[in-house]
Amino acid sequence: MSILVHRHTRVLVQGITGREGRVRTKLMRGYGPKVMAGVTPGRGGEEVEGVPVFDTVKQALNEVGNVDASVIFVPAFAAADAAMEAMDAGIKFVVIVPDRVPLHDVLKLTEFAKERQAAFLGPNTLGCLSPGEGVLGMMGGSPEAARSFFKPGRVGVASRSGGITSSIAYYLGKEGIGASTIVHVGGDSVVGMPLPTVLSRFQQDDATELVVIFGEIGTTQEERVAEMMKRGEFTKPLVAYIGGRQAEEGTRFSHAGAIVEGGRGGYESKVEALTDAGAQVVLRFEDIPQQVKKLLKTA
Amino acid sequence: MARLLEYKAKAILAASGIRIPPGKVVASAEAAANAARELAPSTVLKAQVFTTGRAGKGLVRFANGDAEATAVASELLGREVRGFPVSEILIEEKLAVAKELFAACIVSDELASPLALLASRGGSGVEELAKDPAVIFSRRAFSATAGLLPFQARTMAREVGLRGKELTKAASFLVKLAGVFLQEEARTLEVNPLAITESGEVVALDCHFSVDDYAVPRHPELEIEIAREIGHPPTELERIAAKVEAADHRGTFFFLELSTEGERLVGFHGAGGGGSMMSMDALNRAGFTARNFCDTSGNPSAAKVYRAAKHILALEGIIGYFASGSGVASQEQFHSARGFVKAFREWPLRVPAVIRLGGNKEEIAIQILNDFLGDLPVPVEAYGKDDSAEFCAQRLKTLVAEHPPVEPYECAPTSRTAPAQEEYAFNTLTGRISIDHAICAGCKEKPCIAACIPQILEEREGKVLLREPAEESAHRCTECLACELACFESGKRAVKIDLPIAGFEEYLARRKEGGQ
Repeated sequence: MSILVHRHTRVLVQGITGREGRVRTKLMRGYGPKVMAGVTPGRGGEEVEGVPVFDTVKQALNEVGNVDASVIFVPAFAAADAAMEAMDAGIKFVVIVPDRVPLHDVLKLTEFAKERQAAFLGPNTLGCLSPGEGVLGMMGGSPEAARSFFKPGRVGVASRSGGITSSIAYYLGKEGIGASTIVHVGGDSVVGMPLPTVLSRFQQDDATELVVIFGEIGTTQEERVAEMMKRGEFTKPLVAYIGGRQAEEGTRFSHAGAIVEGGRGGYESKVEALTDAGAQVVLRFEDIPQQVKKLLKTA
Repeated sequence: MARLLEYKAKAILAASGIRIPPGKVVASAEAAANAARELAPSTVLKAQVFTTGRAGKGLVRFANGDAEATAVASELLGREVRGFPVSEILIEEKLAVAKELFAACIVSDELASPLALLASRGGSGVEELAKDPAVIFSRRAFSATAGLLPFQARTMAREVGLRGKELTKAASFLVKLAGVFLQEEARTLEVNPLAITESGEVVALDCHFSVDDYAVPRHPELEIEIAREIGHPPTELERIAAKVEAADHRGTFFFLELSTEGERLVGFHGAGGGGSMMSMDALNRAGFTARNFCDTSGNPSAAKVYRAAKHILALEGIIGYFASGSGVASQEQFHSARGFVKAFREWPLRVPAVIRLGGNKEEIAIQILNDFLGDLPVPVEAYGKDDSAEFCAQRLKTLVAEHPPVEPYECAPTSRTAPAQEEYAFNTLTGRISIDHAICAGCKEKPCIAACIPQILEEREGKVLLREPAEESAHRCTECLACELACFESGKRAVKIDLPIAGFEEYLARRKEGGQ
């Protein structure tokens, strides 16, 4: 198996008639999983890549039946609203691709999602991809590229930087190491499924033997991963690289932020916490594949 | 994070019913004297600049009487902070303070929720106070929709030891503060110190207010020019870039001028946060200094990359151009490639360039760069995902050593330069496409139609026209620039895509004048 997406996942695409919506529908249709329907308000009755378009999410589900996930490609200011529409219609997993979604929209969406027991990946995410199974979002870009970049295997990848997510999986693949699922958690400070949440999913996934994470300075995600490991909630081997060592100097935290975070968030804090908890932290990005090879029992 | 100057932040607090000291913003010593006379016998003068710890840097000063205020003001106005002169001072009445507290609203990434914070003591060195067991901190997560509820605020006030009128007034202040935080979509809203005056009023003496960059377009009242924390007043080119970004929602374009010092300055053009960081590191290790930071990512249109490239080409003193992102991008890389081609031929490029466009459709992207830029008198090398940023930076090092910047030269742009004899034109999202049907008449192949990615063009009666309905087709143009490049390649040059950059030509003209 894999996490978040597999070949039988039934998907809805919101914003399907836009530039991104069209191209990535082609990606998902060509690579997997199953794109059941699309939604663009006012464009109901059209078709995109052979997928029927509806005006509202409820109408789409009435026509095609329930779906497992919705992928959102609407402009940033409309993204949270689109996600709420999906969750209100009963969809339990939403992938929010657009960049620049206002922070307070995400905070409101978080409350909305909790009430409906729904989860969301992103915003500002490439999505997730299980090699050979399917993709939600835009990872890989086109079916051909996705097939050539990503190989199936037993390594879970989770990253806070989009381009780096694909890079890790690609460079692992070049060394003959495949991935179970590749997840871009999203580049913003508040995201629906931060690294700890994704790691708990990987923990439960039998197909995942080891996990690689790409962390960055800012937020407490990596420190919380370390705390999970210490509590025994994540027990698989973990290889981590933390970006932003050079950029640290220019980063300024507010006083209030510093008080609440209590020293968490910086490069040293993350590296120390993860190392302490037993993760293998590599200092050079290029060293990830070799470190993974060392720890992997089954190639 | 876009920050507000203290006086702007305080004005917003005051509009929501939070008390601030009576005060005035002045830009001259004379105005400071007048303000001091009006305000109070004792005043405080605060330089309005973006830096922390102003008190310790002598940027917050007290004065008794207008003569002293004049002297302090003229001294402050002569100061420079991070290379920029102090141009505004906030002069306020000095209040009789009985107690100083600390209050803030922030966003906790761990809870994915707003968080209110109140401390029993405030003032400078509050982070040190956080370690002092005698100081009581109270914190509450609150709803992003409902705000901080009055009972939550009262509980917090009581927890930090406030009683009686002080308790209710501080609680009321906290509710209002949380209201401003939500209404203005702040990231951080910090009042330190929060004073309780001898007359029992709760007054915000200072305010650190940073706003979510992404929400800035929804808040024109904040008058934020560039929705980023850039650490200096924006340069003219940064202002022009911010307007480009605001006018085109497709992908991200961020441009920042960094260093004008040193001899090994390179124009840097990254893609994506993580990839840009890695690429800049590689550039530094190759002995270069980035003249600027630029990020075009999130699948920007070719038009946006073109405009970004023009900003970088306009930087004075660069000896090379380096473009590199994560290396394995999901976005079709040919969009960026076409943007580079149009910009490099039009400017034209005068320094060696290394362009690393790795990822989806990189073969096409590399081909475009090689085909369309091979005739320039400076080398342009194109690489993909199997060539590391490190390797590419080293290539640039080699090229720069062999090819110093060349003088301006004649170069055929990809756009038609002659006025059209028989013009067919339509507007696109951020520009205008003009086709000369007189030239098209002699073209059998019509490569522009095949090249058009959204497929909005067709041939009718020997002419290249928008598909019907024409208006809708024009609306679907993604400014991919493929038609112009295809037409240029065929040697016909009938297509002209005009992608203006507001204020750019004027800026160059002014700069030229200033230089002479």
